[in-house]
Amino acid sequence: MADLNVGDQVPELRVTPDKYLPHRYAGASGDFNPIHIDDELAKAVGLPRNILHGLYSMGLVAKANAALADGDPRALKRLSVQMRGMGVPEQEIVVTGTVKSADGNRVVVDTVAAQGETALIKNAEAELEL
Amino acid sequence: MPIKTDAVGKEWPGSTYQVGREKIKEYANALGIDNPVHHDVEAAHAVGFRDVVAPPMFAVVYSSPAVAPAILDPEVELNFAAMVHGGQEFVWDEPACSGDEITTSSKCLSIEEKDGKGFYVFETNSVNQDGAQVARGTWTLIVRGV
Repeated sequence: MADLNVGDQVPELRVTPDKYLPHRYAGASGDFNPIHIDDELAKAVGLPRNILHGLYSMGLVAKANAALADGDPRALKRLSVQMRGMGVPEQEIVVTGTVKSADGNRVVVDTVAAQGETALIKNAEAELEL
Repeated sequence: MPIKTDAVGKEWPGSTYQVGREKIKEYANALGIDNPVHHDVEAAHAVGFRDVVAPPMFAVVYSSPAVAPAILDPEVELNFAAMVHGGQEFVWDEPACSGDEITTSSKCLSIEEKDGKGFYVFETNSVNQDGAQVARGTWTLIVRGV
């Protein structure tokens, strides 16, 4: 996989988080902010429903980039993201990425995670050593 | 009222997290990461890890406990109820494996007001039991209506 060139695509990752994913991610991460796990409370504070954790979406971006190194957890050296739109359960997330620079075994990938027209993660820059 | 910036530069002492196999597995399962190095100690040994290894973004699990005292510090005066997580960066060095004891300290890098929003930036620095750098995080928290 080391022969990557500018413009190459990261294998597309498609995931549909089920209704209970925010609960499982809350348990795994320790982030029990009720806007993620309590639908009624989320609506009471003006959200459409309980929303995904931004760091869950960032985790999917990391996973998509790790695929360039066959999942080797040592490959990802840096990941910088902006969290923008709100993600919701039960809608497909699509993670796409494009290599924007390649210098020897170091590549930088520009990645986006989106649900339909809503970008959840944008301006994501992943630096990998392959 | 201008945003309060007294806490810029303030540091908070480290909190220590012990990494465990089942916790790594739980995190990997939540993300649907099935690489056996995150689930099975023999698979991890086979490719040179001392134990089951955490996916990179497991950094959230061991470093976020160090962010809590910073954002809840009265000197920071951050309105938690109006906060959203606007940006995040991690830089990784030594992989985190089961059995590691990772100590994370935090620091307030900047507090700025832009377009009626407060931008609070914190840094976390995580080192393992051998003193090796594991991860450095930059957390950008945005508060509406400051």
